[in-house]
Amino acid sequence: MKNNYDMLVIGGGPAGALAAKTAAEAGNSVCIIEKRPAIGTPVRCAEGVGKELLKQFIKPDPRWISAEIERARLIAPNGTTVSLEQDKAGNEVGYVLDRKIFDRELVWQAAEAGADVIVKTRATAPIMENGAVRGAKVLSVGTPAEIRADVVLAADGTEAQFARWAGLDTTVPLREMMSCAQYLLTDIDIDAGSTDFYLGNDIAPEGYLWVFPKGERTANVGIGISGRKSRDGARAKDYLDRFVAKNFPGGKTIECIAGGVPVCRPLPCTVADGLMVIGDAARVVDPLTGGGIGNAMFTGRLAARVASGCISTGNCSKEALMPYDTEWRASRMGAFLERNYKVKEYFITLDDAKLNTLADSIANISLKEFSVSALIRELIKRNPKMLFELKALKDALA
Amino acid sequence: MSTMLRINRDKCGYCGTCVAVCPEDALELIDAYLSLERECIACGICARACPLGALEVVHEE
Repeated sequence: MKNNYDMLVIGGGPAGALAAKTAAEAGNSVCIIEKRPAIGTPVRCAEGVGKELLKQFIKPDPRWISAEIERARLIAPNGTTVSLEQDKAGNEVGYVLDRKIFDRELVWQAAEAGADVIVKTRATAPIMENGAVRGAKVLSVGTPAEIRADVVLAADGTEAQFARWAGLDTTVPLREMMSCAQYLLTDIDIDAGSTDFYLGNDIAPEGYLWVFPKGERTANVGIGISGRKSRDGARAKDYLDRFVAKNFPGGKTIECIAGGVPVCRPLPCTVADGLMVIGDAARVVDPLTGGGIGNAMFTGRLAARVASGCISTGNCSKEALMPYDTEWRASRMGAFLERNYKVKEYFITLDDAKLNTLADSIANISLKEFSVSALIRELIKRNPKMLFELKALKDALA
Repeated sequence: MSTMLRINRDKCGYCGTCVAVCPEDALELIDAYLSLERECIACGICARACPLGALEVVHEE
């Protein structure tokens, strides 16, 4: 095993892969380590992603697209359905991916660009010198080793332990950790062109339950509930089992997964001396939807671009790496994260009666634009009696 | 009497949710199993967050 690189990437998900590819293409020596024995599995994801977002990073390929989505439906506690259709003008909705293949494709591209990839190898501690990260101590198929690098990118997902060991607090408060469970169900009756979101405090407290199609009669049926609502007898799995028994009694479960989605604000700082934090580990998941794939790729690529410049000048100090942190916060993604955090904080306060009122008010409209802001503007317009209450939403848009 | 965290490996989905909420950084998801690597204060936050109910704080005589 080579033990010295320009860049070491901890974790072979979308964030790590995009970072490695970008840095390798810029001429750097790069190594990705992945603790699992295989890239892309087990999946811990509902696999939905926006089309426009995805296309910024990779050309869509039917090999890793399970379903193309034309509409999203929000289903209120009383059953009122708000349908958001794909705009005829080309305003596109999204894809449901096959992450097992998708993640491999991204890592393949990184490898093709020149990055080394080592699986079944986990970081056990950062190599620290004078307060700076200089690489990682690893266990590679049980054998201890040290990999040194000018800069380390922590792309270790929800667990986010590497940055924590290097001194950044990545702990997610219980209330802001979505506790999730999902079944890949087959032989069920679904609308194969629609992603469905079920809302309500009896369905999914402070979260939602999703049905994301993976084909004509197959879907990811999953749920996320707030950690503070989770307890014995009322866990994500319990809510999911109840929904499936009621709605898809004949469905066959061919995969059962769990996961945690952080819906807190991003880390207060995503760089340190010799270290950058990207993707879910940086807590850049969309707090409203729980979507993290696009933001992971965005932060991975941006971090690698900034790091490439720092590596070439021989300065990977926190100050030198800081433009990564500044740029993503100033980006469209940074603004959306802050807005959606506020929107999420408002929506979790609503009881079922209010959710029903809001859903009823927009049930029969057709939105010209498929976006969170368009939806919120419509809600505000159509619920003048709730003006005071909806102020939080209005402020979030400002 | 001692308090400790019990991991039910048959229920565990190896998802790492517990790792991210642990205030003590005591838990670690190693490949395909969860391990208590460092000192646990038995606060029970991980047991709350677990989507599958695989963690339990137990009190033993």
